[in-house]
Amino acid sequence: MNMDMSQYLDVFIEEGKEHLLILSKGLLELEKDPRNLSSINEIFRSAHTLKGMSATMGFNNMAELTHHMEDVLTRLKDGVMIADGMVIDVLLDCLDRLQMITESIQEGQSNGVSGTDLIEKLEYLISGDQPEHPTIISEESGQDYNQEQKASGELVNIEMPFKLNEYDMTIIKEVHAKNLNAYYIAIDIAKDCLMKSVRVFMVFKALEADGEIIKTYPLAEDLDEGKFEKEFHIILVNGLDGDTILQRINNISEVEVKTIKPISGPSWSYSSPPIIQEKNGAMINQTDEVIKTHKVKQTVRVDIEKLDILLNLVGELVINKGRLEQIGSTQKHNDLNEVVEQIERITNDLQNIVMKVRMVPIENVFNRFPRMIRDLAKDEGKDIEFIIEGKETELDRTVIDEIGDPLVHLLRNAVDHGIEEAHVRKAAGKPLTGTVRLIARYQGNNVFIEVIDDGGGFDVESIKNTAIDKGILTAQSVNELSTDEILQLVFRPGFSTAKNITDVSGRGVGLDVVKSKIESLNGEIHVQTKPGEGTTFRIRLPLTLAILQALLVQVGTDTYAIPLFSVDETTMITENEIKMIHSQEVIVLRGTVLPLVRARSLLEVPPSDYASDTMYVVVVRKGEKQVGMVVDSMLGQQEVVIKSLGKLMDGISGFAGATILGDGGVSLILDVGTLI
Amino acid sequence: MTLSDTFNKDTQIVAFNLGTNLFGVDILTVQEIIKVLSITRVPKVGRSIEGVINLRGNVIPIFNLHKRFGITPTEDNNDHRIIVFYFDDIRAGIIVDAVAEVLKIDQDQIEDAGNIYNGIESDFIKGVGKVDDRLMLLLDFRKLFGLT
Repeated sequence: MNMDMSQYLDVFIEEGKEHLLILSKGLLELEKDPRNLSSINEIFRSAHTLKGMSATMGFNNMAELTHHMEDVLTRLKDGVMIADGMVIDVLLDCLDRLQMITESIQEGQSNGVSGTDLIEKLEYLISGDQPEHPTIISEESGQDYNQEQKASGELVNIEMPFKLNEYDMTIIKEVHAKNLNAYYIAIDIAKDCLMKSVRVFMVFKALEADGEIIKTYPLAEDLDEGKFEKEFHIILVNGLDGDTILQRINNISEVEVKTIKPISGPSWSYSSPPIIQEKNGAMINQTDEVIKTHKVKQTVRVDIEKLDILLNLVGELVINKGRLEQIGSTQKHNDLNEVVEQIERITNDLQNIVMKVRMVPIENVFNRFPRMIRDLAKDEGKDIEFIIEGKETELDRTVIDEIGDPLVHLLRNAVDHGIEEAHVRKAAGKPLTGTVRLIARYQGNNVFIEVIDDGGGFDVESIKNTAIDKGILTAQSVNELSTDEILQLVFRPGFSTAKNITDVSGRGVGLDVVKSKIESLNGEIHVQTKPGEGTTFRIRLPLTLAILQALLVQVGTDTYAIPLFSVDETTMITENEIKMIHSQEVIVLRGTVLPLVRARSLLEVPPSDYASDTMYVVVVRKGEKQVGMVVDSMLGQQEVVIKSLGKLMDGISGFAGATILGDGGVSLILDVGTLI
Repeated sequence: MTLSDTFNKDTQIVAFNLGTNLFGVDILTVQEIIKVLSITRVPKVGRSIEGVINLRGNVIPIFNLHKRFGITPTEDNNDHRIIVFYFDDIRAGIIVDAVAEVLKIDQDQIEDAGNIYNGIESDFIKGVGKVDDRLMLLLDFRKLFGLT
């Protein structure tokens, strides 16, 4: 590959992946509704674009495969073939292969993966049907511009935004002497096109294969840098006829020939007429719609490391803003306070925007699941409806990168072990089609992701027995636990190899891994189940890993930050409200018994003569359990920037990190889950 | 491992005091020397970590070698300093009673630690340097911080 190409490789891969996703989505839709013309059209367009892109880049294996896919898709489009199970299967196989090819290209092997076997399959699909005219489209469009052919073409008559100089004229004359043609071509580029210069490059590449571009408007350098509006003009000299040129250019996606006229020597001319639009009005409207939904936003690709640095700097700013606020509140200087308020506002905006910059819709992760579920369901002979909700929910990039594997695990479990076999469902009087739902939604500063199946649910008794068998619990202690607590045992590492139980066999596979992954993202996972009705895994994740809302409390002389997501409420009690149950301090809060822990003993604060009749209790949530933490005083709620404690203090449990307070002091952030 | 692997000819050493003992570390591992800032205690980490400090926005753990080696710190804390180390992408500090000097030490001024000194955990001692009439313990921080 030459240098010119390599700079477009990133764009190619990025766009290629986008089209592969569209293909995957479209094929799955088509499977549900084999006569859905709009899906077929969408698939066709993507396959076509892929073909054009890969051919331009010189990835022939991909171009060939997509070319043959196109043949099949054309037949589907024309209604000559029906998208039955076999066709879909082959097309999905092709999709997988295209994915492999893309990956190998990304790794630098351009033509490593071959698609020959699949091409044979595709050909077999076609040969099994009535042979048709594979060139319907081109014939049709050919007619269109034939109708437009005019015998005009006097050089003077051509409207061009630029003038030909003498030198150009000489060349054109020479060209005619050699029996070649010269064309004036005006080309439109889609207005939301991401990399205009790439399109220009592709156009040039397509035309210069056997011709020469003698003039461009704007100048070639400007075109290279994308410095032009949506239109550019070229004068092309070659031996091809107008049809071929038109077809070549229009094969490139997001590019359209507006006018093509021969310069002197009349043969034919074409200008994109309104006739086509009228004739194919419905079709074109549809195209517009698709373009709208897939509208590519203007983007800049930035190294994530730069964003991290930016975020750190904003973090520093937030800390110093806090300091300034503190000074402002003690100085009571009006002008100062005004400025401080302004700075606060600006910092907040800045912080929000930096956070948003790092946010990616969870769609990027979710999109690969429909296919996975389909394949799994097919393997197991189960009929499963997969519903995704809230895929537009946005999460921090780092979280998005990490959350895929745990979700794969949970979804696999849901299909594998959650949804029952058809006959079991029938016997239970449930609909034969099982449902697996994947839902993402915001709630406060958190995102919740739920994996819900309507299968058989966990068998709590089996979990109990396994726990006893595995020596995790004694028979006695099992009975002391609530159903909910027993259910959470499935996240224990020991559960993963549960072979000896039948009903829940394998359901613990890797759940401990899932849990630890989610906890490493400062999240939580919880499972609920109803026998016979299904299971829900609920994951809570923070929107960001960098800044969190915290409640600052004082214990002894130290200040600690408790993440607000683990605080349910705060309350004030007096010493005599504390009761003892089994040597455990408790209080009764609105009729519920709340166990208490003393932050002083938890945090090894040396005993002092500190004594007050009133005490502050922070009600924190640990899993689904509530615990009251007794602290000395409450300092208020604040946004804190999470700082890592560093490698040397990695193994310490109970702390999620540290933060720097307004006065420059360091305060530890408590991790309620591991502290209590 | 021979001593010549760890100390080249003319290694520069930062010498400091813990109690009455003289210690030394390779200057290349030292990021900076700062006055003692307010240290935030970290519960449940054991005695040898004094706590964490805020060094220009970075949270850095501070080790207390006095406790680790059973040395009583000097009364006068005017000279107390924190030496901040930076190596292998790790930042950490230690509290010292005083920073004595920066000096060059020649390889033949260093002797194997095992032969002479077997008081404190000699694992952390790379060698013993003879400077004038004094003996200086050269510390191996990778081992001290449990990195190897």
